[in-house]
Amino acid sequence: MSEVTASAALAMSDRPLAENRKRFSARGDSAHWGVLYGVSGLFALICAVFIISIVVSSIPAWRHSGLSLIYGRVWSQGSDSFGALPIIAGTLATTAIALFFAIPIGIGCALAIVHVIPGRLRIILSSLVELLAAVPSVVYGLWGLLVIAPWFEKTVEPDLADITGSRFPFQSPPEGVSLLLAGCVLFVMVLPMIVALSRDAIAIVPHDQFEGALSVGATKWQVLRKVVLPGARTGIVGAITLATARALGETVAVAMVIGLNPLFPPSLFSTASTLASTIALQFQDATPLQVAALGALAVILMALTAVVNWFGRRLVRGTAFRAGVV
Amino acid sequence: MSTTVIEGVPPDPILERRELVQRVARKTLDRRVLVSRAMVGLCGVALLVALVPLFAILYSLVDKGVRWWSVTFFTKVPQFPSLIDPNAIGGISNAIIGSLVIDGIAALFAIPIGVIAGLFLAESDSKFASGLRTTAEIMTGLPSILLGIFAYQMIVIGFNEWGIKLPGIGFAGIAGSFAIGVLMIPVIMKASETALRGVPATIREAGLALGARRGVVARKVVIPTALPGLITAVLLAFSRAVGETAPILWVIGASNIIEWNPRKEMASMPLEIFQSATSPYVSLRDEAWGIALFLVFLVLVLNLGSRLFAAWLQRERR
Amino acid sequence: MADPSTMVRLSTEMSDQEGDPRSGPISVRFEDVTVSFHGRTAIRNVTFDAPKNKVTALIGPSGSGKTTLLRAINRMHDLTKGAVVSGSIRLGDTDIYKGGIPATLLRTRVGMVFQRPNPFPTMSIYDNVVSGLRFNGIRKKSVLEEAAESALIAAALWDSVSTRLNAHASTLSGGEQQRLCIARALAVEPEVLLMDEPTSSLDPISMRLIEELVSELKSRVTIVIVTHNMQQAARVSDLCAFFLMGNDRAGEQIEVAPTRKLFSEPDDPRTLDYIQGRFG
Repeated sequence: MSEVTASAALAMSDRPLAENRKRFSARGDSAHWGVLYGVSGLFALICAVFIISIVVSSIPAWRHSGLSLIYGRVWSQGSDSFGALPIIAGTLATTAIALFFAIPIGIGCALAIVHVIPGRLRIILSSLVELLAAVPSVVYGLWGLLVIAPWFEKTVEPDLADITGSRFPFQSPPEGVSLLLAGCVLFVMVLPMIVALSRDAIAIVPHDQFEGALSVGATKWQVLRKVVLPGARTGIVGAITLATARALGETVAVAMVIGLNPLFPPSLFSTASTLASTIALQFQDATPLQVAALGALAVILMALTAVVNWFGRRLVRGTAFRAGVV
Repeated sequence: MSTTVIEGVPPDPILERRELVQRVARKTLDRRVLVSRAMVGLCGVALLVALVPLFAILYSLVDKGVRWWSVTFFTKVPQFPSLIDPNAIGGISNAIIGSLVIDGIAALFAIPIGVIAGLFLAESDSKFASGLRTTAEIMTGLPSILLGIFAYQMIVIGFNEWGIKLPGIGFAGIAGSFAIGVLMIPVIMKASETALRGVPATIREAGLALGARRGVVARKVVIPTALPGLITAVLLAFSRAVGETAPILWVIGASNIIEWNPRKEMASMPLEIFQSATSPYVSLRDEAWGIALFLVFLVLVLNLGSRLFAAWLQRERR
Repeated sequence: MADPSTMVRLSTEMSDQEGDPRSGPISVRFEDVTVSFHGRTAIRNVTFDAPKNKVTALIGPSGSGKTTLLRAINRMHDLTKGAVVSGSIRLGDTDIYKGGIPATLLRTRVGMVFQRPNPFPTMSIYDNVVSGLRFNGIRKKSVLEEAAESALIAAALWDSVSTRLNAHASTLSGGEQQRLCIARALAVEPEVLLMDEPTSSLDPISMRLIEELVSELKSRVTIVIVTHNMQQAARVSDLCAFFLMGNDRAGEQIEVAPTRKLFSEPDDPRTLDYIQGRFG
């Protein structure tokens, strides 16, 4: 550290101090700020053009179908009728399944890492869970499609059908590739996010308070439940929110395991569609109007994830957040 | 602890309460301890459950992927079964080179923009800066497929409205670079800002106090000090970029030969995995594991490597 | 600080004691207690008795192991891996480590107030005070309300907060928060109250207030207080136990005596040195 400052000092020392000060207040500084503002402005411009291009690309579709794009119940490329409701339903359903498992398991995992695991193991286990976050989504899709789908088709789904007597929502014939599978793959993908962010929120709760609760005769679980978790509440809600945004927008892995069926999925075992996966899979041979319709889906997706993300970011602080795990 | 009852003396509320507390505490103790042990145990189980998928995926990757790794795999282009060689399958060198070029170009423009914009965020407290920061945060959370649409609109099919004319160049590797680069910028921005803010204010002020211009201070003092954090940020962003499929799904086209020219269609590893995994041919589906293993290997090396490198750099400086 | 007038000043500030505090029932009995962490001894061979309904102060320079000893009394070291407590600490007749009493139950009989106030920020003032009772299974509203009032009065906080029991604990000042923590500890009616430098993070007025409280509370609970402030020890305690860090970097017991005696005619020359200011 000192050698860096020293070399800077040396670089500066061949100029008289007064002259340096003059430069400091004059144009030298503005070149610096010029570059900074310029580049930042460039990025801002790119973002603006990005949003505009997506909205603009969807205009023909809005002209064609109007608001029925959102509440219409039939999405058919063949007949150029575009109602995204079943697709939105599929998006919400897969996300709900993912969160249903990821929230309790993620929070429990985070509690374990901070308060149950001995110190030395903590870093290793945290890193392992974060490693899950580094796996590319296409690999999750590959694994989901080639390993889990057959297992679901042959074992899990028939078993579930047996247990529930094939009642709703388990009544379709098992196919493997399904809404349920997509939800489960999503669960594995958002889990590391919830664990990492919750872990940070929980770790910040001061040890003093933990001891304070213990000192009046609480058991460990009582302390966790009544002092630690409430103290970490904001961060945990933020974690869940960000995970939701991630699940809503996940494209490739879902596309590989959901089957692309833009009808209302009658059961968990049937194939379905999500906003992101529909865009991904139907883009290839789409006519311009169809491209516009997919653009409309993109607009809906963008609005949805941006809002959820914005809420989540306001709630979250911590090292995982800053290190870019999220 | 029993209260001694003395004739004519009213019972002491404190002692009574003490007795009550002890009584109830003792009565509920067993259940409370049992519940505590069970719930804490469940948390441990949750931890195990969280680790199962990781090991399952790694196992599948190695089990099914390693057998594909060979010199041919990494150096030859894909081949297709023919009458001459019915078992030909070739390799993925086209995809490896493609990924290299596409992600390399993306990094080339994303890194400087990201770091400089990050420097801006670290040095400015203006409204524009905080707006930019929020924008970057939202951008990192957006589905990457939206960037694919962006690249498609801007580069593949071009723009010809409102007086602005951008020629579309069709499917090209550079369209993928654009999408991935724009993806990387906000990620690098955010992490750079953190790394740069981590430089103690005293060091920055020391440079300014010596009479140096802000720009020189930034270049010669702040950035070198924050270098470990910056390198980690860049490597992590790059490791994420390497695995992205959605943004390049239908903008880079396809190629079965090694293609170095980004204006032409190219192949890419994540795309190969996607197409092989969903193909009707069993052998191609199988091959997907080999590619996936390599991709995961790369990503892990980049991930771990960046952290180790930053730690090493930190130590070398003391 | 080495002149006799200091001694006189200390003597006149000392609490009024009737005779030797060591006569009378014993609350906590230490026998050859040693605490070590991963083999490294923090404090060793402690043997003395803390008398019932009196204030015992543990004094000495930093590093002498006083806080370590204090935290052994409510088994806080159970949380630390590698901590070993040997010897015996008895609460009444029960050995708190080997006597078969679960730590959770022990802590309802031995309460603690910490160096920095640590009220639960997500709970209201009322919820904070009754948290101990709730943790231990007491739910009846009337019981909780009576206990809360009693504890808050004892902690000299009732007048300030009785009208805003539902306010958050963070709306209180530092001194008030510490008194809230005292109330919280008192609500479960412990027999012993441990205080770990409870005033070191507070302003002088709050400090005095809490010292007065300590003198009043001893009729309700036995108090063992760690303080590095000699004058405070002289003001509030009946019995003083003086510790020093020995050559082996472990704390050792130097002298235990009634406060009046320790500050005017200590037996051990090292004690004299300490109270005359020759140690840190």
